[in-house]
Amino acid sequence: MMQKAKLILEDGTIFHGQAAGSKRSVAGEVVFATGMVGYDMSLTDPSYAGQVLTFTYPLIGNWGVPPKDYWESEKIQVAGLVISDLTIIPSHWQSQMTLDQWLKKENISAIVGIDTRRLTQKLREKGVMLGKIVADNQNVDFWDPNTENLVAKVSPTKPIIHTPFQGDSFKGIKIGLLNCGAKRNILRSFLSRGVTVYELPWNYDPFENNLPIDGLVISNGPGDPKMAKESIAIIKKALDKKIPTFGICLGNQLLALAASGNTYKLKFGHRAQNQPTIEVNSKRCYITTQNHGYAVDEKKLPDGFKRWFYNANDNTNEGIIHEKLPFFSVQFHPEATPGPTDTEWLFDYFMEKFK
Amino acid sequence: MKKIKKVLLLGSGALKIGQAGEFDYSGSQAIKALKEESIKVILVNPNIATIQTSQGFANTVYFLPIEPYFVKKIIQKEKPDGIILSFGGQTALNCGLLLAKDRIFQKYQVEVLGTSIETIEKTEDRQLFVNTLDQINLKCPQSQAVKTVKQALAVATTIGYPIMIRGGFSLGGQDSGMAQNRKQLVEIATRALAKVGQILIEEYLDKWKEVEYEVVRDKFDNCITVCNMENIDPMGIHTGESIVVAPSQTLNNFEYHKLREISIKVIRHLGIVGECNIQFALNPNPKWDPASHFSSLTSSLDYRIIEVNARLSRSSALASKATGYPLAYIAAKLALGYSLTDLQNSVTKKTIACFEPALDYLVVKFPRWDLAKFLKSQTEIGSSMQSVGEVMAVGRKFEEAIQKAVRMLDIGFEGILDEKAPKVSWAKPTPWRIFAIARAIRQKTAVEKIAQATGIDPFFLYKLKNICDFEKSIKVSKQKTHGTPDTFNSRDALLLAKQLGFSDKRLTTLTGSTKDKIRQLRHKFDIHPSVKQIDTLAAEYPAETNYLYLTYNGESDDVVSQRSNVKGQMSKVIVLGSGPYRIGSSVEFDWCSVTCAQTAESCNFSTIIINCNPETVSTDFDMAQKLYFEELTEETITEIYHKEKPSGLIVSMGGQTPNNLATKLTQRGLAILGTKVTSIDRAEDRSKFSKLCDELDIAQPVWAKLKNVGEAIVFAQKIGYPVLVRPSYVLSGAAMNVAFNPQDLEAYLLAASQVSAEYPVVISQFHQNSKEIEIDAVAKNGKVLCQAIIEHVENAGVHSGDSSMVLPAQKLYTQTIEQIKKIAQKIARELNITGPFNIQFLAENNRVMVIECNLRASRSLPFVSKVTGINFAKLATEAILGIDQRPETRDQRPDYVAVKAPQFSFARIKGADPILRVEMASTGEVACFGDDIYEAYLKSQIATGVSLPKKSVFISLAGEENKIKFQEAAKTLFKMGLKIYATAGTAQFFKNHGIDVTKLYKIHEHQKPNVLDFLLAKKIDLVINIFDPYFKKEFDDDYLIRRASIDFGIPLLANMQAAQLFVKAISLKKPADLKILPWNQYVTFKN
Repeated sequence: MMQKAKLILEDGTIFHGQAAGSKRSVAGEVVFATGMVGYDMSLTDPSYAGQVLTFTYPLIGNWGVPPKDYWESEKIQVAGLVISDLTIIPSHWQSQMTLDQWLKKENISAIVGIDTRRLTQKLREKGVMLGKIVADNQNVDFWDPNTENLVAKVSPTKPIIHTPFQGDSFKGIKIGLLNCGAKRNILRSFLSRGVTVYELPWNYDPFENNLPIDGLVISNGPGDPKMAKESIAIIKKALDKKIPTFGICLGNQLLALAASGNTYKLKFGHRAQNQPTIEVNSKRCYITTQNHGYAVDEKKLPDGFKRWFYNANDNTNEGIIHEKLPFFSVQFHPEATPGPTDTEWLFDYFMEKFK
Repeated sequence: MKKIKKVLLLGSGALKIGQAGEFDYSGSQAIKALKEESIKVILVNPNIATIQTSQGFANTVYFLPIEPYFVKKIIQKEKPDGIILSFGGQTALNCGLLLAKDRIFQKYQVEVLGTSIETIEKTEDRQLFVNTLDQINLKCPQSQAVKTVKQALAVATTIGYPIMIRGGFSLGGQDSGMAQNRKQLVEIATRALAKVGQILIEEYLDKWKEVEYEVVRDKFDNCITVCNMENIDPMGIHTGESIVVAPSQTLNNFEYHKLREISIKVIRHLGIVGECNIQFALNPNPKWDPASHFSSLTSSLDYRIIEVNARLSRSSALASKATGYPLAYIAAKLALGYSLTDLQNSVTKKTIACFEPALDYLVVKFPRWDLAKFLKSQTEIGSSMQSVGEVMAVGRKFEEAIQKAVRMLDIGFEGILDEKAPKVSWAKPTPWRIFAIARAIRQKTAVEKIAQATGIDPFFLYKLKNICDFEKSIKVSKQKTHGTPDTFNSRDALLLAKQLGFSDKRLTTLTGSTKDKIRQLRHKFDIHPSVKQIDTLAAEYPAETNYLYLTYNGESDDVVSQRSNVKGQMSKVIVLGSGPYRIGSSVEFDWCSVTCAQTAESCNFSTIIINCNPETVSTDFDMAQKLYFEELTEETITEIYHKEKPSGLIVSMGGQTPNNLATKLTQRGLAILGTKVTSIDRAEDRSKFSKLCDELDIAQPVWAKLKNVGEAIVFAQKIGYPVLVRPSYVLSGAAMNVAFNPQDLEAYLLAASQVSAEYPVVISQFHQNSKEIEIDAVAKNGKVLCQAIIEHVENAGVHSGDSSMVLPAQKLYTQTIEQIKKIAQKIARELNITGPFNIQFLAENNRVMVIECNLRASRSLPFVSKVTGINFAKLATEAILGIDQRPETRDQRPDYVAVKAPQFSFARIKGADPILRVEMASTGEVACFGDDIYEAYLKSQIATGVSLPKKSVFISLAGEENKIKFQEAAKTLFKMGLKIYATAGTAQFFKNHGIDVTKLYKIHEHQKPNVLDFLLAKKIDLVINIFDPYFKKEFDDDYLIRRASIDFGIPLLANMQAAQLFVKAISLKKPADLKILPWNQYVTFKN
């Protein structure tokens, strides 16, 4: 018999469903994502650390779980999971286990069988909320992950040097990847272009440690960017050195902050694979993957920077670029996984700075 | 670029298999998009039943064939700035390509808007297509034609085993096959090459997944994929024959987005501006090494691009309805040069059109077949399309959606495990296969075994298994509780059943409980479906849309309904749509439903449409104030009714499906507007209606209600054969038959009892040589407001849907017309009709008999409305809603004639006998205008694809009577200088009467000169084959001739009156006599 579970929001709303996965009680910030594919990638995306993730697409688990090499980090990162209809028997040539087995194995709790559309509407109207999955009547306290430095929790502890997969067009080029919770596909995107990558902990200063990097990439990551003070300090140094610097998602916000701009929290964020993103002064619109709760404040753009991309739906900032120097960043995910690959060219754009 | 002020839009003509109502949807949206830009729209479409040809849509409408000859003349006359080719299916595209070939667009400076001719050619020419995609290293299936076994082996080596061998087309694929190795290839190729000169060696993609993407591009190179879809049936089954889900369910992120990326590469490379559909085959088990490096994953994506359709299509209509994204409307705007970023998302009105819809539900599309309607047809489905319509079900579980889809088909099944489904093998693809699979799973056949044999992904099969397991659990608990509905003693159990898509009726059957128990229990537990919006963005942004569906996998309603009938306030009505297109119910009822909803809206009513057919205009999000994309079943309509609390339901505009529900809905306490349900029953129930006729002293053919076969035979003997067998409450004459002898009668009675067991079967005298006439009328409180009398070309014995109709009637006595009007008024008064009705008559000399009466909109309502200029559907709606109006009468007899002609799709139905019978077989219709019947008839024939004979005619007439009747027409053909071929008997008869004919041997005689060789060599331009139903021996050879004509694409006339009229028409009219005049130059609009 299915074990019952409740999803309780901080405004007192209760959803009744069944417990799945580890069937523990957990708390976090409840968010929703509207992408229809790639649950395996979203679950392992460190940007979701501390969050109870709701998939608006109802059928989840259809293709099971691929081998670890295909995940976006080494483990499931979400605090909890909310699903409408969990597929018990998946079918895919890559599948190693079912989603439920994976959740159990990784000790992640889920609630299934609730009206995720109603939940989404609630979050859209009232903004993201704290919430908790209560299984087996074991109550837990609400917990606001944004009060903590989540970046520190998901970032590696030691630098790692990665040698390229293939190609020699950028042989000898070394870039630093400031891993604030990076998705693996950012790393893969560089390695497949023939670049050597120095993967750095969020607070590891490559300049102080004399690492021979030619450029800096600032990854995505969870939570409030203002928490990652040490990362901001490192980025400032890169800007001083005028080496090519490229920020992705949280990296967009950190670059803005490092260049003395500002950020703020969005009502319910963008977590989707269908966000129309327009390049300034063009008729070109890209469909992008996004996963962020904070945004760069355009009212206070850093000196020398201009708006590069913006969201066609709500006009929020989607990227900034320096007028002269090779500094730029985007709020969306050019590495996709999950989502459309429309903006993969940004990696080539960055690499051109080394030619 | 010059400013576009006037655009010529090509429609798709008559509905036929493979090209149905979806193009009414796309054309209508295009017209809307163009008119918003103040562009004048000239529409060419002979399909008079469409919404796009209604008043108030296009600025000018030509009911003329979509043929280069006519379109060129229209261009000369109208001088448009631009032409749009991609909204009228393959018909419009082909016509455009032919015009371009003749450089007509250049000559008259007409700009082709949207996708260019050059691009269209690249997608239509197979070799050009393969070469084009090869330029950007994209993969198409490898295929090569060979003439020897040696060549075959060489090609097979390059492609790699297993390979597919395809024999010549005309052999019907019987020499095709798959070869695993060299030895098998030699075997199959040798056998095939012994019969045909050339075979195809192809890459074997059988059982690969079939996936489609709908891709949009603007001229600034912005691209989006609006939707992807996965066919549950794998490669080998035409996508029109497949059960399809959207979005794809078994593709992971890599597969989904890599195919998306390829789709965008394709649309960019081809340079399409607007919309295209791309079909992929995807290897479900690609070679890969789980331990291999991540970066090798992309190379393990094993796909082939099967085809690209550079136009709106059936799939794009489905994608549009599945996502809420108005594809056709946007494509039309892009053709005018807009950017995707300039356009708004018309659903949210807050976001832009340049995005990809996110769904928070899934849809299941299920085809509707009518193979049983065709004599001698086969039941296997495959790589060519045979289905006649489809439904789309929306749900938040696959189980919910597919069970809803089954009910939407309107074939009497309550779910995927309904015992009424024919017990066929699950291994063979047939219309019933999914039911057979579900049954096999229920009977413990291993899912993996079925998956392997059918190529259907286990994902879907396991979801079906969930339904099976649940049914089993009901059975177990039923045994425990001795069959009482206590099976559902908890709310959770019943809720789960509803979430898995079980209907109350099915649960009643499964639990063995009494009628209504489940419904009462459901109400006790307060289990009701939730109303959800299809909002394109998965609730990310608030949406204004009233595009809705119901689900039991939900906890709250997205929209709250206001009660109707607050004093002085706007009232609310629900219009029931027609459900899936099928033989006997198609776009004409969509026209009626839409006209009804729009009329109600203009009378300040709040309007709601319920329908489940993605190929319709009525399911466009802006046709009514609310649209429920839902089942037209008692249970669902009642749920919606209680949520919406309307003033009432309109059941008379959507054809037979809603009409049949009237009684049951009334019993549930729902208000039906218009004619009372008791009256509907008196007209529909054969025996009640006959009694009514007797009481009103209205003549009718001798009839009797049947008790058993013995009595029937005695009765038939008494009144004399032939006799007509017909069940009550049926559409398009299902199981209706003419029996010429007792053996026939016995067989037909059996068939009739299977179709409709609930209602009585009646047999009546069959009048072979009478004229058939019908009247379409609208009455209010029993008083006729308007009427139109239609004359059939064909004599009785041909279903009215298969008959050519003439309006105004040409050959009726004034006395006959007066009698008909009188009878119509009598019936209207007796049944106190308020709304539309139709009565069919037989006339012999001046004697008029009633054969049928329907108190609902008829198939011919759009025809009579558009020909008379009196909108019958509008008038009927106003009558139903109680709006004051004056009767509409035409002042005088018009100086034009219109002919409505049926469109058949026999070529699509393997083996079907293309004859006209009392059971309907046509899939669509056209109507054209002329100064006289000959001009109108000829135009209408050309519009259905008939080409006029230039050199020769083949004639085969069975029986002396037919030969005598046709003698004059044969003489006419002879005088026109046509060479006449005939079979032995016919040739002899004509020779005796001074007509020079050449005798050909019949097919079975296997002697030369043989008719088959002449047909194959296209030495015959027209086949006239009139058979005699009494002489069954000749049947077979006649059938072979008819079938060969269809298979070789040669026009066939198989009815005496039609053949006579056709001959007279071609003898009197030359192409130049066919006037190019728009609709409004014939008709004056009255209301």
